[in-house]
Amino acid sequence: MPTTFQLNGVAATAHAEADTPLLWVIRDELGLTGTKFGCGIGQCGACTVHLDGEAVRSCQTPVGTVAGRSVATIESLSKDNSHPLQQAWIAHDVPQCGYCQSGQLMSAAALLATHPHPTDADIDTAMVGNICRCGTYDRIRASIKTAAAHLPKKS
Amino acid sequence: MNLSRRDFLKTSALAGGGLLFAFHVPKAFGAAPAAGAVHAPNAWVHIGEDNTVTLLCARSEMGQGVFTSLPMLLAEELNVELGAIRVEMAPAAPVYANDFLGAQITGGSTSVREGWEKLRVAGAQVRLMLVAAAAARWGVEANQCRAEHGGVHGPAGQHATYGELAEAAARLPVPQEVALKDPKDFTIVGKPTKRLDTPAKVNGTAQFGLDVKLPGMVYASLEQCPVIGGKVVSFDATKARTMPGVLDVVQIPDGVAVVADSYWRARQAREALSVQWDEGPGASLSTESMLAGVRAAAATAKIISIKKTGDAAAALASAAKTVRAEYVSPYLAHAPLEPMNFTADARGGKCRLIGSTQFQTGAQGAVAAALGLKPEDVTVETTFLGGGFGRRLDVDFIIQAAQISHAVGKPVKLVWTREDDMTHDFYRPMALHRLAAGLDASGKPVALSFQLTSQSITQRAFGLPKDTLDAFMVEAAVAPYAVPNATHDLVIHDTGLRVGYWRSVSHALNAFANESFMDELAAAAGQDPMAYRLALLNEQPRLAAVLKLAAENAGWGQPPAAGRTRGLALMEGYDTAMAQVAEISVAKGVITVHRVVVAADLGRMINPDTVEAQVRSSIVFGLSAVLFGEITLANGRVQQSNFHDYPVVRINEAPLIDITLVPSTEKPGGIGEPATALIGPAVANALFAATGKRLRRLPLTPEAIAKA
Repeated sequence: MPTTFQLNGVAATAHAEADTPLLWVIRDELGLTGTKFGCGIGQCGACTVHLDGEAVRSCQTPVGTVAGRSVATIESLSKDNSHPLQQAWIAHDVPQCGYCQSGQLMSAAALLATHPHPTDADIDTAMVGNICRCGTYDRIRASIKTAAAHLPKKS
Repeated sequence: MNLSRRDFLKTSALAGGGLLFAFHVPKAFGAAPAAGAVHAPNAWVHIGEDNTVTLLCARSEMGQGVFTSLPMLLAEELNVELGAIRVEMAPAAPVYANDFLGAQITGGSTSVREGWEKLRVAGAQVRLMLVAAAAARWGVEANQCRAEHGGVHGPAGQHATYGELAEAAARLPVPQEVALKDPKDFTIVGKPTKRLDTPAKVNGTAQFGLDVKLPGMVYASLEQCPVIGGKVVSFDATKARTMPGVLDVVQIPDGVAVVADSYWRARQAREALSVQWDEGPGASLSTESMLAGVRAAAATAKIISIKKTGDAAAALASAAKTVRAEYVSPYLAHAPLEPMNFTADARGGKCRLIGSTQFQTGAQGAVAAALGLKPEDVTVETTFLGGGFGRRLDVDFIIQAAQISHAVGKPVKLVWTREDDMTHDFYRPMALHRLAAGLDASGKPVALSFQLTSQSITQRAFGLPKDTLDAFMVEAAVAPYAVPNATHDLVIHDTGLRVGYWRSVSHALNAFANESFMDELAAAAGQDPMAYRLALLNEQPRLAAVLKLAAENAGWGQPPAAGRTRGLALMEGYDTAMAQVAEISVAKGVITVHRVVVAADLGRMINPDTVEAQVRSSIVFGLSAVLFGEITLANGRVQQSNFHDYPVVRINEAPLIDITLVPSTEKPGGIGEPATALIGPAVANALFAATGKRLRRLPLTPEAIAKA
């Protein structure tokens, strides 16, 4: 039975079996390949997406469980790199191989949504689940702080 | 400069061979005339009539920044803005061979060193050809014209863009003699420069191997023998074939592949396979038996001399004091974040390969051999690599994808699981170092004996004959210190587990032993480790300078914060001189690395911002191995499977890194790897300072520290 949900603000229908990880539905069935596969067991964070605004590991999220809910992927941050986190990532030239960065950005976006001025400890807590084998951690940390400083003030 | 020997000038021969640009440059200007003349200024540069300048980049972008540093070299001599250059991966072709390594390989921290002259020459050649074309068009002398900002200006105010001149320029002979700019006139090279690939890597559009999709493509998941090298005896796919989406189940030499209409369905059905394996000789391997084999070889196997100075045996025998130590480095996995995968379309007597690889001509040749095709019928398109670190120098998974595609007659994307990746790597070899030194009454070393016993990757990967010196095993084996009597020996021993090149290769093995041992000698002499080293570096000014610089920046000689200690390490590798000081604390056996101070002299830098990023990257990569990294075997099976049991450094464990780069006008050194090699001994030396415990076997885990 198909699963319908919101994907980046648009209605999406998945025909994959309900126990298929959301990761593979997004990538292979719905064609959004920005979300990556790194470990398949929720250890690396490369597959991080937002489910109703919270960062989740899409490799551990059966598509059946997102029925009627709202999923956001890296493609939703912005296509023109205008999101403050993308701007900061560019300003600090964070990515090396770049493979983990979609997941890093989505974890960072979820962090800033709840902690607009995160401390180093907040950053550690939010980002500890995202592995970067290229070791871009220091630039990630700096970029989150830069983005936080440029976030539009909430009214 | 005599360029006549260089392969890359033979563009017309290549074009005649039909190898060039089959898929990558649909809009290459000046398509080859019927006579088969040169159809591009050279193999690196294509200029479109719309004035688009494309660099056919012969090195894979795996994070190290070649998609920026290499076009910087080209742009500098071509006189175009960096932003005007489009970068495209070159196809597999002999012209793109890496002269340092003899094949089209990205590795060994060679990309910038090898491209340093080649790409500037390529840019200068094309510039001269464009100027000559303009001069001919305007009926003036070439020396009356000047090329800048992507156009040529004539003496009477004439102007033509490179795009307008490109077709005529491409018909001209390639200049054999070019004068390169004086580096003091560089406007691009040496300036901190934003990476060209960053924008695509922050919005999900950068294409990695995993992201490839071809029309009609199907997905494969491959069951391989849990013992590497084992073979299929028989298999039962009855259940798998009934599962949703399964299209076929095929046997290939490495295992049994399930092919389905989605990756997840293929993988689910793979779990329903039942395969009987002949596990082969690897089934008996265990870590401790392999280490015992290495020890036995160290004592009895043939010794290959690396270097011999004076009479070390005699000097050891007569020394006032002798120090002996043995160091062990474990097997390591590469674990790049993108699991191995490749897409192949092996139909109609040809094979199209697309994905993440560090070895284009290797993939081409191996797939041609596996499928019985001619190499020119196998094309390789390289995507961004989700990490390489040496793992993607091997092409096993590419051959598998091609074999599966050939068997099912469809384009196939083969995707390994993380578990496949961890258990079927080509591992960094285990290494055993035996070192001995004789000190005189003042504590100065007068004799040194160094013996490395390990496995040759080059024998496996490139057929290096047995019992010959493997240059990749002896990197940094001879430390830079002045010791009048020294023997350096190598013993090559095959443990039976396949091994591969791992970031910094043997530098990390040899530097761990050498730099730990230098600290042991300093301790035996009752001297400060920094001063002790410095006194032995009178003839090594670059190394002495970086050692002093790192020590000064780290506050060496002044007490660190309470509870912290420091350790240092020094090495020359990849033509780069580097020193590191690690500042750590130890609580309940857990090491925290707070800060790493680095000083490096790597000659001239192309993009200093990337240089700094590579140093940071190398340290974090090396630190994962130092603190956690160990692949173990039992009953021939690798016991680690994923990041829960093969942990790597995470953001909360990454140290602050303080980098000083020495200005230099020397030719560029490599920077993607040396820092990886030094973090091990720097941390081990700091651990000794903290605890008085000398750990001689990596990794430095709480259990190992407790036992020491």
